[in-house]
Amino acid sequence: MTLSLEAVGLTKRFGSFTALDHLSLKLEGAKCVGFLGPNGAGKTTALKMFTDLIFPSEGEAFINGISVQKDRKRALAPCGDLIETPEIYPSLTPREALELSGAVRGMRPDEIASRTKAVLAEVKMTDWVDLKVGRFSKGMKQRVNIAASLLSDPEVVILDEPSTGLDPRGMAEVRNIVRSLKKENRLIFMSSHILSEVVDICDEVALIDHGKLLFYDTLSNVSKRLTSSATSVELAFLGPISDETLASQVASIPGVSGLSRAGPQRARVMITGGAEAQAQVLERLASAHLGLVSFEPSQSALEELYLQEISKGD
Amino acid sequence: MVTATPSVSGPGPTLGHVPSTVAQALLLSRYQLRDYLRSRRFVLMMAIVGVIGAILTFILSYYNGSDTVRGLTSSSDAFYGSFWAGGVTVVIIFSGIIFGGDAIAGEFQNKTGYFLMGLPIRRTSVYVGKFLAAFAASLVAVIVYLAILLANGAVYLGANAFPLALGESFAIALLYLLALLGAVFLFSSMFKNSLYAVLVVAVLFLFGFSLIQGLITALVKIEPWFIITYAQNVISYPFLSTLPAHMSTTTGPRGFTTTTYNPTYAEGFAIMIGYFLLTAVAGLFFFEREEFT
Repeated sequence: MTLSLEAVGLTKRFGSFTALDHLSLKLEGAKCVGFLGPNGAGKTTALKMFTDLIFPSEGEAFINGISVQKDRKRALAPCGDLIETPEIYPSLTPREALELSGAVRGMRPDEIASRTKAVLAEVKMTDWVDLKVGRFSKGMKQRVNIAASLLSDPEVVILDEPSTGLDPRGMAEVRNIVRSLKKENRLIFMSSHILSEVVDICDEVALIDHGKLLFYDTLSNVSKRLTSSATSVELAFLGPISDETLASQVASIPGVSGLSRAGPQRARVMITGGAEAQAQVLERLASAHLGLVSFEPSQSALEELYLQEISKGD
Repeated sequence: MVTATPSVSGPGPTLGHVPSTVAQALLLSRYQLRDYLRSRRFVLMMAIVGVIGAILTFILSYYNGSDTVRGLTSSSDAFYGSFWAGGVTVVIIFSGIIFGGDAIAGEFQNKTGYFLMGLPIRRTSVYVGKFLAAFAASLVAVIVYLAILLANGAVYLGANAFPLALGESFAIALLYLLALLGAVFLFSSMFKNSLYAVLVVAVLFLFGFSLIQGLITALVKIEPWFIITYAQNVISYPFLSTLPAHMSTTTGPRGFTTTTYNPTYAEGFAIMIGYFLLTAVAGLFFFEREEFT
């Protein structure tokens, strides 16, 4: 069976407000797709319809070709999901919560036991396995939720901002977990508003704003799209650098379309021509022996495209 | 299934056969009951039953020998007709409020629903599972109350402490518990806020229905067959040698008449079964349509 998540004209209206406007999107095969958009763009609304937490005003959502709205039980069977920050019954322990989750999915008791051990170890909750969830912090609860969503080793994983509520270390750990989930036979659909997280983990990205899909493409195509526009790059030098040196040895490099000073030892250049042009400029700067210590594009290609697309709608 | 990392991604369990709706409901009820039994609300319910039992035990002991207590302990029918039939309805109403008041509303407000509803499970299973758990937790409270009464009965009635009528009344009380929980779950399904749900249920069952029943009987002068608390009188019938008149009218000073209604057995059962079925279906209807926004 081909792994797939598909939204067909998915629309959600709350009174006169349209939270999601005829979203049509098909994700197919084993990959990790980032679902991006500013707050209120409709990301969570869409994911909630994929998991039947809310109902579409129009359209339908499918998991592996099965309609979530018509047969939620069969559609959600191969799916692990984490929407917002769910609460677990406070008197249950992580072990019991995962037992419940596994038993509802039809897993065998021995499978539940071994997987519980593995996923709780992965989210670093082994030491709290038999303590009541009601005493946990939000971050600890989120770790248990992540463990629950991975318990059945699902083919399809839907994650709604999974690092929400976690400290920086926890966020990095979640990123590692999601990265480790990327395997041959798994489709991951993860919403986030942290662009670096998406660039770091995902293969493809879908961007929505005001409930509408703006684009869906691979990250490499996103970079290609931006080859014609200029990228801002911050340069840092070992010591102070003169205006004359900048003008004669930096501004004159092919591909540099603009130059401005950002401090005694820093400058900002605009480079046209995408990643290849950036590579050439970097090589020229290095060979000029100017004491270059840092060459940092101020925005990723995704960030630039994100801001471009979002600003169109404003 | 291909594995990538030894911990999270493997060895991947084969996707099990998802249990039936009924099996999932029973499964959920087990975990929900476990949650109830460990919760503060269960401690509160046991405290309420304990206080009722303690007052009863104290009064019987303190006034032992008085004409009133002698009358109440003269037969098992008199004893249980007063203390069981009178007290169990209070226990049932409190347990309904405590275990059922926010059972469904809490899934939305406390976000526990996000954990459950992301699983391959029908909402019917969740509703039925929670209902069964609330019923079982309430049953524990009813049994504890019964145990307190039986202990007192053993002291004052001796060998007559375990009459058959008590068994019949116990069965009727369980039917009343089903009906009451059905109604409580309906109200709980209509709200997404636990506090509102509990408040509405508490006001209705502790005062509201009795008040409406009294007003309807006195002013409109019709039988309040559509009010659930009207049916609770039937719980005491097994202890009565003669059932009360279905309708009796007394004329007071200045010709003012007062009409009193008592349900027949059939009416009482019909009201309880009707309430249970209608409210359970209606509650499920609301729950099926409520969104986790």
